[in-house]
Amino acid sequence: MSDASSPRRGLVTRLADFFDDRTGYRALVHEALYERVPGGARWRYVWGSTLVFAFMTQVITGLVLWSSYSASAQTAWESVYYIQHEMTGGWLVRGLHHVMAQAMVVLLALHLMQVVIDGAYRAPREVNFWLGLILMKLVLGMALTGYLLPWDQKGYWATRVATNLAGLVPLVGPSLQQLVVGGPDYGHHTLTRFFALHAGFLPGTLIAFLAIHLALFRKHGLCAKQPQTKPDSMFWPDQVLKDVVAMLAVLAVVMGVILLPAVRAMLEGRPVVPGELGAELGAPADPSQPYAAARPEWYFLFLFQFLKVFEGWGADGEFLGAIVVPGAVLGMMFLMPFLGRWKLGHRFNVLFTLAILVGAGLLTAMALREDYAAAWSDKEAFADVEQLIEETENDPEKIAAALGNDTARIAEFRERVHQLDAIRRSEAFFAAVEQAEVDAHRAIELAGRPERIPPGGALELIRTDPLSQGPLLFAQHCGSCHAHVDPAAPEAAEAVAVSSAANLYGFGSAAWARGLLDPNQVVSPAYFGNTAHAEGDMVSYVTDDMTDADTWTAEQIEAVAVALAADAAVFSDEPLDAAVVEQGRALMADEDRCGSCHHAGENETDLGAAPDLVGWGSREWLIGIISDPNHERFYPDTNDRMPSFGVAEEGGVAPLSSEQIALLANWLRGEWYRGE
Amino acid sequence: MAETSPVPPAADARRSFLAKLMAVVGGGIASLTPVAAGVWMTLDPLRRKSSAAAFLPITDIASVPDDGVPRQFPVIADRTDAWTGFAAEPIGAVYLRREADSDTVEAFSATCPHAGCFIELDKRDRCFRCPCHNSSFTLDGGIVSPSPSPRTMDTLECEVHDGRVRVKWENFYSGIAEKVARP
Repeated sequence: MSDASSPRRGLVTRLADFFDDRTGYRALVHEALYERVPGGARWRYVWGSTLVFAFMTQVITGLVLWSSYSASAQTAWESVYYIQHEMTGGWLVRGLHHVMAQAMVVLLALHLMQVVIDGAYRAPREVNFWLGLILMKLVLGMALTGYLLPWDQKGYWATRVATNLAGLVPLVGPSLQQLVVGGPDYGHHTLTRFFALHAGFLPGTLIAFLAIHLALFRKHGLCAKQPQTKPDSMFWPDQVLKDVVAMLAVLAVVMGVILLPAVRAMLEGRPVVPGELGAELGAPADPSQPYAAARPEWYFLFLFQFLKVFEGWGADGEFLGAIVVPGAVLGMMFLMPFLGRWKLGHRFNVLFTLAILVGAGLLTAMALREDYAAAWSDKEAFADVEQLIEETENDPEKIAAALGNDTARIAEFRERVHQLDAIRRSEAFFAAVEQAEVDAHRAIELAGRPERIPPGGALELIRTDPLSQGPLLFAQHCGSCHAHVDPAAPEAAEAVAVSSAANLYGFGSAAWARGLLDPNQVVSPAYFGNTAHAEGDMVSYVTDDMTDADTWTAEQIEAVAVALAADAAVFSDEPLDAAVVEQGRALMADEDRCGSCHHAGENETDLGAAPDLVGWGSREWLIGIISDPNHERFYPDTNDRMPSFGVAEEGGVAPLSSEQIALLANWLRGEWYRGE
Repeated sequence: MAETSPVPPAADARRSFLAKLMAVVGGGIASLTPVAAGVWMTLDPLRRKSSAAAFLPITDIASVPDDGVPRQFPVIADRTDAWTGFAAEPIGAVYLRREADSDTVEAFSATCPHAGCFIELDKRDRCFRCPCHNSSFTLDGGIVSPSPSPRTMDTLECEVHDGRVRVKWENFYSGIAEKVARP
């Protein structure tokens, strides 16, 4: 301490003295730093400090994220997209927040383990142990509420499950659920409430409890590990140094998780995209689109898996798995300080905590094993099972008959069906994850367009995007007859063979038109093979007339294909020669050739006998045929089975709206926004 | 610190009691008023009713295949989300199913009665599957045992008039044995 009367005191010292006189801060700092650590500083005491460090990181990064986040159904995903993909350092702050949250859960488990093993819950520290359990619940609550805030498919569907489980709480469940969700449906108020919980109520409560937790910790002093082999030391600097090393280690792991993909990309020579580092952002939440890859964050996977344990228990099972057992475990932990008064009780507590952690670890492993089963199972070994199911249409009686009604064989078959089921579910999960990645990538690509996101939000972008909606609309309305598969793809042959109408992949391109004019292909299922047109005039013209080298040279046929593609003008890399296009157009209009049936160019052929070749395959032409194939421009008399998707029956609604038909036409033509 | 705690003289005890009482009551009113107002507002969602439980047009009967295999249809309706109004938005999905040569259509909610995930149709195995906790259902909505689901798939009231299929769109509480519609 400097002498207050000394005239040679520096400015800083005088200022420090001024404040110390009025606040007594030196004594406070001294008290905070010069805590006695019985038996000397130890690594096992660092967990609490690392948790405080993790929480401070969450507060700092959280406040920064808050300053750029907007909680509403039309702005949550959008603002998180902006943070992650456009704001300077946004990926790093969000990545830190996301990964540190996971680190915090791990540190909580370690801290709890250390406290229980050291018996630090025993008198007089019972209240502080209970405070710790409350703090743990608060941290898990923040993890749960934070998962929803980006309002992406993953968070949305996981939260639906979590809030539905909240509805199972006896008596108040349904009201509780409605209060948390902010109404009967998920929307703005789900976000505003979760955000208020996540950034206000829960951390505020946590800070209050943490203050008491730390105050009581200081009041009782450190619960020293016995026997004490070293002399006592001071919190500052001995234990602080160890704490700081542990904090740096936590930070290094967190930064490693964030930056590892960047290092990998650099090693593989790929460009590093900062937006893809740190926390991922899925496609925007869409209640009308299923999300089969719905899984909670990894540290809640054990609870997710726990619900599957009660298969076949009905409603009791879900109530047990979601409410009773987790509640009982937590209740048990609150009783630990009393049990711990006996030596045997303490041993039980240690075993119980270990069992909970090991059990949670096992359940997590089971969940992962189920989801990734397809990665290490040999599905080929189940080919016979698949075949029998297919042959019998999964009819139990037929299966039993096929197995000679032998109960042993049937039981074995059932077991193998069960195994096959697991592999298939895993395959479906893989496919769902892959689809989720594709959807997420597309949403982010669309959001980055120069036109930006419309006021209706990113969902509006996706619902008006041909690339996103085309496959869905096609699968729902067209796919029961038409195939849409790249002929070069390995699964193409099978998909085309089972379809009952033309393969529309690349429709309007020169390649597609060449196939149409190829005598071998036109009779195949890829074109008219599985339709009534297989017996029609077009097929016989292509297989008979066009194979006669005197009437049609190969060069002329190619010209027609190129001219058709030129009229369709779909998205294609293939350059079309203008002279060849002119030649092809003339051949098409020629009333002794295509023009004998088709209206084409400026010929006089009436519409009705065959589809109009004027603007064949163009956007307008496609919209026309999807809307009404029975129109005189298309197949007024020879339409096979195609419904008129744009025509409403009297008093009804058309199967597809004009917007949906335009989306389909654009998708078939390859017209959609392409990023760089 | 050598201060002694001030103890009121016994003569002041009655006045002191009144002061304490008034301080507690006054302080209570002062602090509980914003709490009560806050709780009142926080309970607002309880009086919000779902826009659901109305008959919505889904499709024409011709679009429902008559081979007993369900088909998924989007449910389009006007929707409000607090202050935002959406016109004709997809709000969910139903599965419609029709037996051969039948004019009656069965409608199933695509929401899993277990925990509320989106049930998918497995055409190859002719069953419904929920991707979350492995609940499976037969094509007519029955439980495939063993299943974590407490009940069969939720059927929705469905009517066919002049070839148009309309479905009463409702949400049900998940995880319980009885099918109870949300208000």
